[in-house]
Amino acid sequence: MAEFTMPSLGADMDEGTLQEWLVGPGDLVHKGDPVAVVETAKSTIEVECFETGTMGKLLVAPGTTVPVGTALALIEPTAEEPKGREKRRKAEKAEEKRPAGPAPKHAAHPAQPESARVTVPSDVHGLRHIEAGPLLRHLAERSGIELETLQGSGPGGRITRTDVEQAVAATGAAAPPSRLRVSPFARRLAAELDVDLAAVAGTGKDGAVRADDVRRAAPGPTTTAAPPRHVAAAARPSEDRASTMRQAIAGLMARANRDIPHYYLSTTVDMATAMDWLREHNRRSPVGERLLPAALLLKAAALAAREVPELNGIWTEDRFTAGDGVHLGVAVSLRGGGLVAPALRDADTLELPRLMTALKDLVARARTGRLRGSEVSGPTITVTNLGDQGVETVFGVIYPPQVALVGFGRVTDRPCAVDGLLGVRPVVTATLSADHRATDGAVGARYLTAVDRLLQKPEEL
Amino acid sequence: MGSGGHPEEAKTTYREAMREALREALRADERVFLMGEDVGRYGGCFGVSLGLLEEFGPDRVRDTPLSESAFVGAGIGAALAGMRPIVEIMTVNFSLLALDQILNNAATLLHMSGGQLPVPLVIRMTTGAGRQLAAQHSHSLEGWYAHIPGIRVLAPATIEDARHMLAPALADPDPVLIFEHGSLYNAVGELAPPAAPVDLDHAAIRRPGTDISLITYGGSLPKALTAADELAAEGISAEVIDLRTLRPLDDATIAASVARTHRVVIVDEAWRTGSLAAEISARIAEQSFYELDAPVERVCSAEVPIPYARRLEEAALPQSADIVSAAHRAVD
Repeated sequence: MAEFTMPSLGADMDEGTLQEWLVGPGDLVHKGDPVAVVETAKSTIEVECFETGTMGKLLVAPGTTVPVGTALALIEPTAEEPKGREKRRKAEKAEEKRPAGPAPKHAAHPAQPESARVTVPSDVHGLRHIEAGPLLRHLAERSGIELETLQGSGPGGRITRTDVEQAVAATGAAAPPSRLRVSPFARRLAAELDVDLAAVAGTGKDGAVRADDVRRAAPGPTTTAAPPRHVAAAARPSEDRASTMRQAIAGLMARANRDIPHYYLSTTVDMATAMDWLREHNRRSPVGERLLPAALLLKAAALAAREVPELNGIWTEDRFTAGDGVHLGVAVSLRGGGLVAPALRDADTLELPRLMTALKDLVARARTGRLRGSEVSGPTITVTNLGDQGVETVFGVIYPPQVALVGFGRVTDRPCAVDGLLGVRPVVTATLSADHRATDGAVGARYLTAVDRLLQKPEEL
Repeated sequence: MGSGGHPEEAKTTYREAMREALREALRADERVFLMGEDVGRYGGCFGVSLGLLEEFGPDRVRDTPLSESAFVGAGIGAALAGMRPIVEIMTVNFSLLALDQILNNAATLLHMSGGQLPVPLVIRMTTGAGRQLAAQHSHSLEGWYAHIPGIRVLAPATIEDARHMLAPALADPDPVLIFEHGSLYNAVGELAPPAAPVDLDHAAIRRPGTDISLITYGGSLPKALTAADELAAEGISAEVIDLRTLRPLDDATIAASVARTHRVVIVDEAWRTGSLAAEISARIAEQSFYELDAPVERVCSAEVPIPYARRLEEAALPQSADIVSAAHRAVD
């Protein structure tokens, strides 16, 4: 068990408030995944963990302020034992039911006193610190031995390799969990066809899973090497996620550029009013509720899509079908490459703070590869916001079968003629890539004009 | 095209096709000459140059003493001096006596002279077993030469390639080694007019297929094609790739085939350890790992000096039955 502790996010930080858990007990986390949101005196920060493993108990409830170094949660550094994980997950679930409290977002958290600044007693995690090198941990992990249960025979009670080996021999746990034998191609195919390899019976040598086994196990028509159905289908963690995702994106984008006659429009939006309003709003709001310019842009894009429904929907079988609401796809680039564009469902109806939270949540989960099905399927129009990457203008490629993609660049100060005078104003370039089969430039122009108009009245967004 | 007027209808042999290629080269360019042991009066150890001495005279078809290092070195010198020599070495086993010339001079001079001394030399030699010539005349060492940067290594496996590879080889400004498998000389077939000059940079797909790729070259090509026929009878569609050029290897054709079939058998008459088959396996692992649905299979010669006794020689060499069973291991 490794402890996930309140990090020091600056030389002057000595305590922090846990705002939100981005994961729940039983969740698989990888080194570098954001697992919690911590509010410091300066800002709200997503905190990443330094372990790969399964989230164990969450020791601190959201809203609690604790000193730097306090254990926030336990992470069990195992990743390869699905059975064990399942058991733990069940155990955790049973445990979660007990404490009563406000229904948390991802999973129940142990009840904690509401008052701020709680020093968590050290026996909460009830585990002694184990001194063991990586080799021992590896050995123990591979054999399913918990180091905590061992009596060390080394100097100072340290656990030695012999201790682990004896424990392995004693428990008969010598057989390490056998690795699934899967051909590389079958593994790739399984990722593309969304097949759970653990459930596939292999017919190859020593039960190895081969491509045909995967095809048989795949739902739906089993064509050879079926193209991935959706970019986001590859968003779950897997060994070759990066390459699978690259291929999925390659297929989809090639299709977009091959099949969709794009037309492009661009307009520069004066953001002075919006930025003033945003500054004022943020000044009045607690750190966690502060808004980013992106929230305004997304909301305006969503409202404009409601106004111009010809751009909000999909093109299939040579005809346009309007969306059943504005499900705003948000292009999220992933660590290690690739991107997904999950949907903010009914984005046009979300209040700005709610939209902001939903966006943060969506991005965090997109990056940890835990998007919901409803989000990965069915965006009706997508926004790509490359402003934080520093570019001024983005002309995007439409995600088929959608018919429009909205691009926002960086909000940047520019010389700008206002009322006949030259002034320096914050502006943003809004672009539209649209499917010429579904609409013509006039419709697109109407859309961008609507975006501009909406952004001039930020208080109404 | 060669003599006869109706080449597209003529039955010919690999040996005759090679001879025709030499004749064409000797006619086409005054700088071209052929030299080697017994290439003149005897007509070449395998009969390839029979009649050429009479046609072109002793200046252009030259018998050499039994000294591979000397006459390969002379060929290098002639190439440096502006000639276009074709040097014949009886078998690849003997070529090791000239390995110093080939590796340290022919393959290296261009680099060592800062690009000033190209060596436009063609060396022909036989390789391979199957004719009960015992160990010192039967080995397949072309993989060793394919290891050397600075030279091109060709392995014509068909009558067409035997006929049409020599001209582009002579046109190459760098040393080119042509490996002729001894068992192919008697192969008979019709020589179709070439659609295009032989492309020395690309492997050829001799038979398209969808279930497994049989990757091979030279003397193993007929065996792979026979195996593909047998597999087809069982409903397994095998694609047969003839590498043609062993250095540089055509990675793209191999990768594209693996992407179609997802399974590979490499057939290489050389010994398995450190072989060309090993190199191809490694490249497939590097470039096509996620296309593989089965471990790469290799069918190579037994790691022994090739025996003289016929049954033992057959047992030591890759046979189509071995290729078929390797394919089954990969596909079943």
